[in-house]
Amino acid sequence: MIYLLAIVITVIVSIVAIIMLPTRAKASTALLTVVVSVVLSSILSVTALSGNTIEFILSGSFVTGPVPFRIDALSAWFILTINFTFLTGIIYGQSYMKAYYDNPKGLSMHWIAYILCHIALIGVCSVQNSLVFLIFWEIMALSAFILVIFEGHKQQTLKAGINYLIQSHIGIMLLTLAMIWVMIKTHSFDFNAIGIFFKTLSSIGKLVLFFCMFIGFAIKAGFFPFHTWLPHAHPAAPSHISGIMSGVIIKIGIYGILRMLTYVQGGYSLIGYIILTLSIITGIYGVMLAIIQHNLKRLLAYHSIENIGIIGIGIGLGCIGLGNGNQSFIFLGFAGALLHTLNHSLFKSLLFYGAGNIYQSTHTVNIEQLGGIGKKMPHTSFLFLVAALAICGLPPFNGFVSEFIIYNGLFHGLGDADLPYLMLVISSVFGLALIGGLAIMCFTKAYGAIFLGTPRHRIQGEITESLISKLLPMYAIVLLIVSIGIFPKFFINLLTPSVGVFTAIYSGTNEAMSIPDFTTLKAVGYASLALIGISALLFFIRNSIVQFKPQDIETTWGCGYIGPATKMQYTASSFIRNFRKLAEPVLAVHKYKKDVEGIFPGKAWHETHPLDKAEVNLIDKPIKWLKLFLNQFTFLQNGNPQIYVLYGFAFIILIIGVPVIYDLFMGLVKFLYNL
Amino acid sequence: MISFVLIFLVSFIFSGILVRTKSIASGRKGPGIMQPMKDIIRLFRKGSVYSETTSLIFQIAPSIYFASILVAILVVPVGNFKGIISFEYDFIFFAYVLALGKFFTIISALDTGSSFEGMGASREALYSMLAEPAFFVLMGSLGLLTGHTSFHEIFTTFHFGSYVSYALGIMATFVLVMICMIENSRMPVDDPKTHLELTMVHEVMILDNSGFDLGLIMHAVNLKFAMYGALIANLYIGVLPFYIAIPLFFAIQVIFAIMAGSIESFSARFRMNHNAQFIFTLSSVSLLIFFGVLLVLNKLN
Repeated sequence: MIYLLAIVITVIVSIVAIIMLPTRAKASTALLTVVVSVVLSSILSVTALSGNTIEFILSGSFVTGPVPFRIDALSAWFILTINFTFLTGIIYGQSYMKAYYDNPKGLSMHWIAYILCHIALIGVCSVQNSLVFLIFWEIMALSAFILVIFEGHKQQTLKAGINYLIQSHIGIMLLTLAMIWVMIKTHSFDFNAIGIFFKTLSSIGKLVLFFCMFIGFAIKAGFFPFHTWLPHAHPAAPSHISGIMSGVIIKIGIYGILRMLTYVQGGYSLIGYIILTLSIITGIYGVMLAIIQHNLKRLLAYHSIENIGIIGIGIGLGCIGLGNGNQSFIFLGFAGALLHTLNHSLFKSLLFYGAGNIYQSTHTVNIEQLGGIGKKMPHTSFLFLVAALAICGLPPFNGFVSEFIIYNGLFHGLGDADLPYLMLVISSVFGLALIGGLAIMCFTKAYGAIFLGTPRHRIQGEITESLISKLLPMYAIVLLIVSIGIFPKFFINLLTPSVGVFTAIYSGTNEAMSIPDFTTLKAVGYASLALIGISALLFFIRNSIVQFKPQDIETTWGCGYIGPATKMQYTASSFIRNFRKLAEPVLAVHKYKKDVEGIFPGKAWHETHPLDKAEVNLIDKPIKWLKLFLNQFTFLQNGNPQIYVLYGFAFIILIIGVPVIYDLFMGLVKFLYNL
Repeated sequence: MISFVLIFLVSFIFSGILVRTKSIASGRKGPGIMQPMKDIIRLFRKGSVYSETTSLIFQIAPSIYFASILVAILVVPVGNFKGIISFEYDFIFFAYVLALGKFFTIISALDTGSSFEGMGASREALYSMLAEPAFFVLMGSLGLLTGHTSFHEIFTTFHFGSYVSYALGIMATFVLVMICMIENSRMPVDDPKTHLELTMVHEVMILDNSGFDLGLIMHAVNLKFAMYGALIANLYIGVLPFYIAIPLFFAIQVIFAIMAGSIESFSARFRMNHNAQFIFTLSSVSLLIFFGVLLVLNKLN
């Protein structure tokens, strides 16, 4: 309670302070506020994670009813993830935003929105009253919108922001609908009422209510086909905002899904099957589109969709476990999903911060224009490489651990499974393996084209390494990435109470159930250590031998051609050309080119524009039809004031007239009936 | 430990036998069995030339590539001898460690800024991506069949009970042989002896490597062959006592080398754009194995 008060007071004071203070002090004030709320909420979360659910009830008001704050292990896990990313985000961000000191008003808005967004996210994770939950959800959506449109004078940015705003409100609408339904039936906004209401529903009713909520949350999380706002919003936002959006804001959708799953009583199998199928599609679709992107931040945004797919596979697996009462499935599925949530928030924020470094020193995030900047930005290059390896799920980093756990779950206990489940498992395994392979292709392309080779484009000004204040939070993330990779057992132990929330659903008690023996993970840790050790040893041996041998520096081998030009180097598009050809039926890539023609050819060019087929078919086309239909009524809006007064008049007559006519009609019917 | 030593021993002669087979098949006298190894040792002693475009990545990548294969071999058992590292689901670790090595070879090729090496890198990335699901489906099916989840347990409990499981064994061998050929960039996906950079896959990626690094990469190919050979041998060795298992292991490796040599001698390389289709075929064969397993376990009714 005292914590809550402290957070609220800090936030209010700092919001006023940020407006008052000079430009330079704004960011540090915001940093201080975030640190305070991080510390306070982390204390609560750590207590909750050690098994003691924190609960206090505010009396609320006449409208909301009592407002319970409950932080259980599940909320705690998400709050800690959010806190870490918001902390690194603001440390990175205050250095990043120095470039925008000429816009003090924008900065005030930005930092206030940052603080509010953080508080709203913590609120969403801890409040268990539907109405207050929705209010926090809305604060989060709006503040995220303000954060995204920081560079709102650019039309592209504003468009992306509004796209996000509309789509996230469609999500909110669905959530509101579901929660009003529950409220009407149970007369309570408490989340526990949702559980009670679910019990009374038929299996079809359960499915409808759950998927009403699921779609609402899925829009936030970016499940296919509700992902279309994501690749627009992420590139438009400043990099630290992209980092926190992709790292944690979309994860709040995952939190919502998980939270609602704890209230669905029964019918888990079908839900599991649906989520699993959807997740496989999401994963593969996300990574396939990621590969063909030229804009680095957009590429990363599609990768978020892919990773949401991987998390979803874990959730689906856990649900199937809940459905057929298999404890190992429950544990492996949800543990994999939760760990991957943390992991993805780490490496994805790192990648976005890396993209921010690149953007601020080269002023572009177009992969095709970059090249060879690894030599000038060695730290960024190293950090990006670690994040890229981690996101591809390669050992010895953290991505491998969570994917390993999910694979574990998929391969577990196949012997007793029935045919439909086996078919689904084998397609999940197929999909997950394919996602892994495609991710490697995508990140070798991104890393290779940006940091390696020679520059493909002349960049204005000197390319320099970023300041230490930007690199420091990035190294902090790397530290965590590597330690999860090497000590997976420790982190799984941390995670156990959170997964216990789900195992408790099955057993009906609150005590943690028998957890699968995870000595395997220890072995994974050792194997990763062995990998690091052997690599280092081998490189050391190599260096000690090579240094005594003659070494020459020459130009790159060009088949005997000794005047290599930068333009001859392989580009990102050419790197993925084979893949693009193969995947053409699924993708939509618009290609324009002018060939070399005639005896005196002019300038030849070639450009490709990757489109999102789902967006074209689900968003763009329906909107186009809607516009066509609505265009029929443009004659109504003719700019003539007299006509508008007439509309008002007609409306009033209609309002008054309809009941009167209805009454007359009913009277007539009654009269006829009496006859 | 023994498995590691055995695989390491085989790696010294594998390429030799393969090259010998090819020379006999084409009617040449050909080099001795130890010649490829001698070449590698000579490379280890040589100095190196680096491209001015390259960075540290280019120098560190061959070591990591080699290390990744060594770690992968640590996991592989031979018959009853466990790998040094053995845990449940170690085959997932095996596949991902190999992928790590591949990641580094690909970026090291891109590091040269060459007009050719990116081409090889692009193909390597695509082919290995397509081959990955086949391996996982194969191992998943074998795991389902035997009810175990680590290489050692799967292979020691893989029995040839019925006719169907014979078929499964043969199909699994086929898939592993083909994955091995793809991973090592051999026929029919790639021709290591081609002379045109435009038609190479693996060879074109390492155009700029020289000296010690090239030696590492060359020997990594031998190790990879021996490693996959060991996986194939494991399908047949099972729990035989060591005095039969070890000779059988060598025999199977030699047969595998001769087989690989014959494939290279008597088949032509596919057109580049047919490779993708071919590798997809592999996935469907491993799905066939999966259905075979379902058949054996009576799950299909």
